[in-house]
Amino acid sequence: MSASSFWSSPRRIGAMIMRYRFLMMASWPRLLELAYWPTIQMILWGLINRFMVTQSDWMAQSAGLLIAAALLWDVLYRAQLGVSLVFFEEMYARNLGNLFVSPLRPYELALSLLTISLLRTLFGVGVAAGLAIGLYHYSIFDMGLPLIALFINLLIMGWAIGLMIVAMVLRFGLGMEGFAWAVIFAFAPLSGVYYPISILPEWLQPVAQLLPSSHVFEGMRLIMNEHVFSITHVIAAAERNVVFMIIALSLYSFAFYSARQRGLLLQMGE
Amino acid sequence: MIIATRQAHRAGTLSAIEVLHLQKNYGDIIAVDQLSFSIPRGKTYALLGGNGAGKTTTLSMMLGLLLPTSGTIRILGIDMIKDRFKALPRMNFTSPYVDIPHRLTVEQNLRVYGGLYGLKNVKRRITVLAEEYHLTPLLKRRYGSLSQGQKTRVSLAKSLLNEPEILLMDEPTAALDPYTADQVRTALKAYQERLGATILLASHNMQEVERLCEKVLMMKKGRLVDQGSPAELITRYGEQNLEDVFIQIAKGTELPQ
Repeated sequence: MSASSFWSSPRRIGAMIMRYRFLMMASWPRLLELAYWPTIQMILWGLINRFMVTQSDWMAQSAGLLIAAALLWDVLYRAQLGVSLVFFEEMYARNLGNLFVSPLRPYELALSLLTISLLRTLFGVGVAAGLAIGLYHYSIFDMGLPLIALFINLLIMGWAIGLMIVAMVLRFGLGMEGFAWAVIFAFAPLSGVYYPISILPEWLQPVAQLLPSSHVFEGMRLIMNEHVFSITHVIAAAERNVVFMIIALSLYSFAFYSARQRGLLLQMGE
Repeated sequence: MIIATRQAHRAGTLSAIEVLHLQKNYGDIIAVDQLSFSIPRGKTYALLGGNGAGKTTTLSMMLGLLLPTSGTIRILGIDMIKDRFKALPRMNFTSPYVDIPHRLTVEQNLRVYGGLYGLKNVKRRITVLAEEYHLTPLLKRRYGSLSQGQKTRVSLAKSLLNEPEILLMDEPTAALDPYTADQVRTALKAYQERLGATILLASHNMQEVERLCEKVLMMKKGRLVDQGSPAELITRYGEQNLEDVFIQIAKGTELPQ
């Protein structure tokens, strides 16, 4: 690989990120949306947390438990939405034809989606984390370095689900759009965001263990309640994320192949 | 081998585009049926045919957007089915039916596409194209706010950003008024002559085809039914102009013996 071809790939990814930056700069409702939902979530869960601390000994052990859970859940949600919504923007714009007659590779499109998702997540969750400090005097950053391990695991799981949605939209069209907003909530009950996995019915607990997110939230509670960082939970989450990512990338590749077989790339749009 | 191929290209001994036994089936429907043709470097050819003749399907396969059922496509000597990313930086495509993001300005869109094609001096290239295609006053305007004719010119400018050696065009002057269409054709001709580019255009505008194209490939029901220069076809079918030839072929009239 020559030096110029080595750099041309980051240049194309950079062009896609620039395209998204231009889009955001041109649309204040899109910018507002980035911070709106995390803010509402934070206000709501902060107030619930404040009430529950006075009502429950378990909650009183760690004052910010629900706030931390809401913030980390939002990492997963934002990461997934970041991938799927940015891809939808290309479909709304009927721009896929132009993108794929350029030298942009499907993996470069995926990498640009993941990068934009990271930036969106950092912005949205950053605003919410700042609000938690301002309104409830709770800083999620008090968790220290373990927070990075939890964040990365949730980010990767969100990316994997986002890529799976992109694959489904490529295969079945924009009719799947509504799914992008709703699919993540199917993972919420099994992830044990606001309660331990042990309260799930016994037969459901092994299913929950298959999700990276259930290990992240179990790990979060251990840090907050017992001040213990469980590397076992982090590794378990990472292992499951590898499987999630392999499935996501396989579906994404297959969806592109299928779209090229069926001639959908030139036609896709609303 | 590579050096020999390059030398052959420079000498113009290899075709810029070679399509051989190209076939595309959608289940029982045959969209393109054993299509074969080649286009020498530096020539402008037209792909003509009625609606559903298989023109857009053929262009899509040439661009790598659609996988053929069988057959081969070689562009600049590169196998488009196996190795399209080697050819795509040297090609481009324009169609009024493929949109450009509406919320971005014309300049922003061109900067993004310039980045995708890896241009080193995008701003300078945009300035040159904006002058050639009278886009300078439009650069700061949102693409979505432009008239259809202005959009077509932007789309053309986008397709010339990387100074492609191969340019595939689907109705390049659709929606343009006669004066602007004429300007665009003049600019295209100048571009083609300056860089020796190879152009394949699908069009329903027979005057455009007569003016720009050395040769016409006539398609019907996915098959290549005839080919020749516009003058040859007019003579062969005993008609006054290419439009009448087109109508004859569309009707299914047998070639006069």
